[in-house]
Amino acid sequence: MGILERFRESKFSKMIQKIFGKKHAKIGIYGPPNVGKTTLANRILRDWTGDIMGSVSEVPHETRRAKWKNNIRVDNGGSSLTMDLVDTPGIATKIDYKEFMNMYGMTKDDSRLRAKEATEGVIEAIRWLDDIDGVVLVMDATQDPFTQVNVTIIGNLEARNLPILIAANKIDAENASPATLKSAFPQHPVIPISALTGYNTENLYSMMVKEFSKKRHKQRR
Amino acid sequence: MGKKESGIAFNLISHQKLENLSSSEKLEYILKEVKEGRILVLEHGLTPTEQTQLIEHTMKEINHDTFIGIEIGGYENEKVGFFQRVFGVAKKPRMTVIGPAHLLRMVHKDNDMIETTIIPGKGAN
Repeated sequence: MGILERFRESKFSKMIQKIFGKKHAKIGIYGPPNVGKTTLANRILRDWTGDIMGSVSEVPHETRRAKWKNNIRVDNGGSSLTMDLVDTPGIATKIDYKEFMNMYGMTKDDSRLRAKEATEGVIEAIRWLDDIDGVVLVMDATQDPFTQVNVTIIGNLEARNLPILIAANKIDAENASPATLKSAFPQHPVIPISALTGYNTENLYSMMVKEFSKKRHKQRR
Repeated sequence: MGKKESGIAFNLISHQKLENLSSSEKLEYILKEVKEGRILVLEHGLTPTEQTQLIEHTMKEINHDTFIGIEIGGYENEKVGFFQRVFGVAKKPRMTVIGPAHLLRMVHKDNDMIETTIIPGKGAN
């Protein structure tokens, strides 16, 4: 173990974090399926490590197991945050294998397998909530923001007193309306971005360093 | 016994009924009713934690041929004032509609209205 890692694990370092806030946080990327969570995770990793998180697809529930990368350092002027970034499967209240067949031309067997894995992914995403320090909640700026999944995730995170940043994604699309998202959730910072093109992601990074470094008392559920 | 009426059962559940149940009993009751094809309107909905648990339980119960999940829509929890927060008063859940996803579809939801359509189907058993 290097000197830096030894310092990070030391009681002195933990005491400093306790007083001045976090400099190392586990951040979850959450949201419904197909809003661009993995595209954003790939964008963050590409910008700060040169790596990628996983594959993306127009077919919902492409990410069916949580993926993570540790020790991603994000700089913002004089301050920085080191993150363990978790890309979670999309949370949904229903999964119908017939949608994969009818809308995306998948075979019955592949559709049923995808649907089964997707249900397991939703459960895994929910369980990760117990283990994270903050959330980037990705929403599709072209869609109605008042979905129950969005409301449920936000309510759950508020009850845990976890910091939330809402990434209003797909801002490059013609019918995107980040203003609708801002008025729907005025109690949380909403940052319009395009994970695909990288538009305004520097603003998201700056907010991540600011919001996720704050000192908070996490409530366990 | 007479012939069962066909159609979709739509039950309005008072807050007293659910208040007397523990969280797990509440979720068990809701999921059982919904799996049997009933649409429930809860006078007081579920807490965010209960809603997350309901999604988790729903995922475990999904059967590709008989139960594809739930449709759920509710108003945001009632805000509590500063002094209530100081004294640990939690946000109160508000009216919520829950039904089987093959029967109930959420059309639009905002702060003032939840608009749904009911898909004619096999209804309650």
